[in-house]
Amino acid sequence: MSAVIDAHHDDHHHGPAKGITRWLYTTNHKDIGSMYLWFSFIMFLAGGVMALVIRAELFQPGQSFVEPHFFNQMTTMHGLVMVFGAIMPAFVGLANWMLPMMVGAPDMALPRMNNLSFWILPFASLMLISTLFMEGGGPDFGWTMYAPLSTTYAPDSVTFMIFAIHLLGASSIMGAINIIATILNMRAPGMTLMKMPMFVWTWLITAYLLIAVMPVLAGAVTMMLFDIHFGTSCFDAAGGGDPVLFQHIFWFFGHPEVYIMILPAFGIVSHVIPAFSRKRLFGYDSMVYATSSIAFLSFIVWAHHMFTVGMPLAGQLFFMYATMLIAVPTGVKVFNWISTMWQGSMTFETPMLFALAFVFLFTVGGFSGVMLAIAPADYQYHDTYFVVAHFHYVLVSGALFSIFCAVYYWLPKWTGFMYSEALGKLHFWLSFIGVNLAFFPMHFSGLAGMPRRIPDYALQFANFNAWSTVGAFVFGLSQLLFLYLVIKCIRGGQKATAGVWDGAEGLEWTVPSPAPYHTFSTPPVVK
Amino acid sequence: MAQQEAGGHEAYYVPSESKLPVWLAFGLGVMLYGLGAWMNSAQTGGHGKELLFVVGFVVVAIALYRWFAAVIEENHRGMNSAQVKRSYVWGMGWFIFSEVMFFAAFFGALFYIRFLALPWLGGEGEKGITGQYLWPDFTVDWNAGTNPHPQWATPDATLAAPPLTQWLAYLPFYNTVVLLTSSVTIHVAHTALKEGNRSKLNLWLGITVALGILFLILQMAEYVHAYRDLGLTLNTGIYGSTFFLLTGFHGFHVTLGTFMLIVMLARCLKGHFTKEDHFGFEATAWYWHFVDVVWLGLFLFVYVF
Repeated sequence: MSAVIDAHHDDHHHGPAKGITRWLYTTNHKDIGSMYLWFSFIMFLAGGVMALVIRAELFQPGQSFVEPHFFNQMTTMHGLVMVFGAIMPAFVGLANWMLPMMVGAPDMALPRMNNLSFWILPFASLMLISTLFMEGGGPDFGWTMYAPLSTTYAPDSVTFMIFAIHLLGASSIMGAINIIATILNMRAPGMTLMKMPMFVWTWLITAYLLIAVMPVLAGAVTMMLFDIHFGTSCFDAAGGGDPVLFQHIFWFFGHPEVYIMILPAFGIVSHVIPAFSRKRLFGYDSMVYATSSIAFLSFIVWAHHMFTVGMPLAGQLFFMYATMLIAVPTGVKVFNWISTMWQGSMTFETPMLFALAFVFLFTVGGFSGVMLAIAPADYQYHDTYFVVAHFHYVLVSGALFSIFCAVYYWLPKWTGFMYSEALGKLHFWLSFIGVNLAFFPMHFSGLAGMPRRIPDYALQFANFNAWSTVGAFVFGLSQLLFLYLVIKCIRGGQKATAGVWDGAEGLEWTVPSPAPYHTFSTPPVVK
Repeated sequence: MAQQEAGGHEAYYVPSESKLPVWLAFGLGVMLYGLGAWMNSAQTGGHGKELLFVVGFVVVAIALYRWFAAVIEENHRGMNSAQVKRSYVWGMGWFIFSEVMFFAAFFGALFYIRFLALPWLGGEGEKGITGQYLWPDFTVDWNAGTNPHPQWATPDATLAAPPLTQWLAYLPFYNTVVLLTSSVTIHVAHTALKEGNRSKLNLWLGITVALGILFLILQMAEYVHAYRDLGLTLNTGIYGSTFFLLTGFHGFHVTLGTFMLIVMLARCLKGHFTKEDHFGFEATAWYWHFVDVVWLGLFLFVYVF
């Protein structure tokens, strides 16, 4: 270890180490951020292929492409891979890259633990995906892992899925602890809490949510493990347990989890819209309070995912009203974004296009969320494609679009080169059309009663499904264009200035592009 | 807050690259993969799958040992600024919060079962129709550990608390006394450390370690008693499930805490820590108070009520 200790000051003046060990042993937030982003993109493609398998099977009625058992594994793994492998690591990658720059710190607060959080991911994901090749197949009970499908009737590989989730959770908790320590402890002099950029604020609250609920998920899967291997009866009514208990614990994790995947997106959009409207963010304070309210409410609405399990009427009413309340702070945010644009000098570069699509399409998903929150109506919508449409509008055209938005917005800062605006716009329009073509018809097929997670359907749903499949393939294939664009931008192009965008504000735009390996060796002063 | 920190910013400290994180991640992956393979093979009566788990565990242990050694070494060389130290404090604090939430899942399960699901299965309350359809003969008796379906053996007795007058013959009561006392003794040790009284520190920290070990011995005796004399096991339905999961995970955390205390004792005997700078000790003390508080919750809700 002496090498580590003796060299600790040198690396402020040197660039990155050479070769593969740069990535294996790094403690640099930018290297780790890049690895997070590349890892999440690989997982995004893997999960995307699974989605395309699902859509190929559903292109026409009848069994046409894969076995039903394999179809079930695909729906399960698609969910797990996208949530834990693609969206969450992508936001952590953005946090790694941007938070130290935004708060004026040299790096994350706990740089070695930062690298540990990342390197757990490949091993955990390998374990998760390897279940598909095991005897009896991979997990086939949906990403929500409802008992007893995931306990009594599960394939043997479920044990490995449980441990993979433990690992992914540990990685998230460590990442979140690191982010909180960075934000609370590493801010530049003068940057008070209410001067922090919105992305920093939203990540602070997201990190709190992560630490609060990832251990609860660990508890839930641990109970599964004991039911499977050690003969307990947590989720078996014959032994006095309750399968519904699993759903309660899972969704106590699961609802804050969906805000974990959307709050950083709110932060990103709150940077991009002011930059391209050339105005300051409207209602900064109310944005902070709205984010906090959403985080608080996320803990007391979980049972709206399970209105149909047979809970007491008082419970249904409480969870219905509490859920609808979330529309208020969310509405504040949408109002603020629109007010920011009002009378601004707007231009429509690719990041702005994704941000605008985010506001519009996320609101569509928000509205269908309010519909689903109404308990009596939910009896009709529950477990139909309407639900699938809802959460894909908030997760794909919400969370994922915000990640694209962030990548386009900060890519010149990362690489030092401008990306190709023409290709970026093409990527946007293909994605925008693909997403809407894939998911909008699902509202109709769902309302008409098509159940989710079933590999076959009645003839009446054939047209909707054919369109959805076409849209999914357009969306999926256009991501290869994104890959090409990013690689092209890394390799060269028009040089980016330090400011990059003329309306962008924040400490990250005061350093050169590409940002130096160690951004701030002495803290900047924020007035 | 930021203004107060101004002094701590002079030397930003970023540790240079380290081999430890990637090895630790690799070890964790191998360990848990091995554990899964072991569990799956044990279920089908197979053997010989423990090796991978052991290998992973050894890698994890070595990586953690070297990691802590590196951090201690850096601190001894005076490389940790006040800011870095604050980061460690935040880190430990939030880690304990995550542990609290882990136990919250199991406590939540216990409350849900006891106050909602089980009464419904017994035919009471708003959803009592469930029990009336499924097992009309089932009546709930939590303290007797009855189960709805006969495939789940009912234990001869549970470990629910007797009336107050009989607590002197009730083992969990002694467990409570031992653990609460140990929280006091570690506080005395901490005070001694802050006063610079090293022999007093070593004495009281040693007593705390002894109390931790005593607790674990008592807990093991209780488990033996439950399995052998009461027929209360993991397989006797929901009482046994919640009882062993909650007390078992608590016992695991006490084991970890005792191990941490032993390390701290060894470090104190080697002369580590100063009056002002002893966060390793303080973090262990926090952790110890945390397992103590969890035990209080356990004693109240698992044993007494």
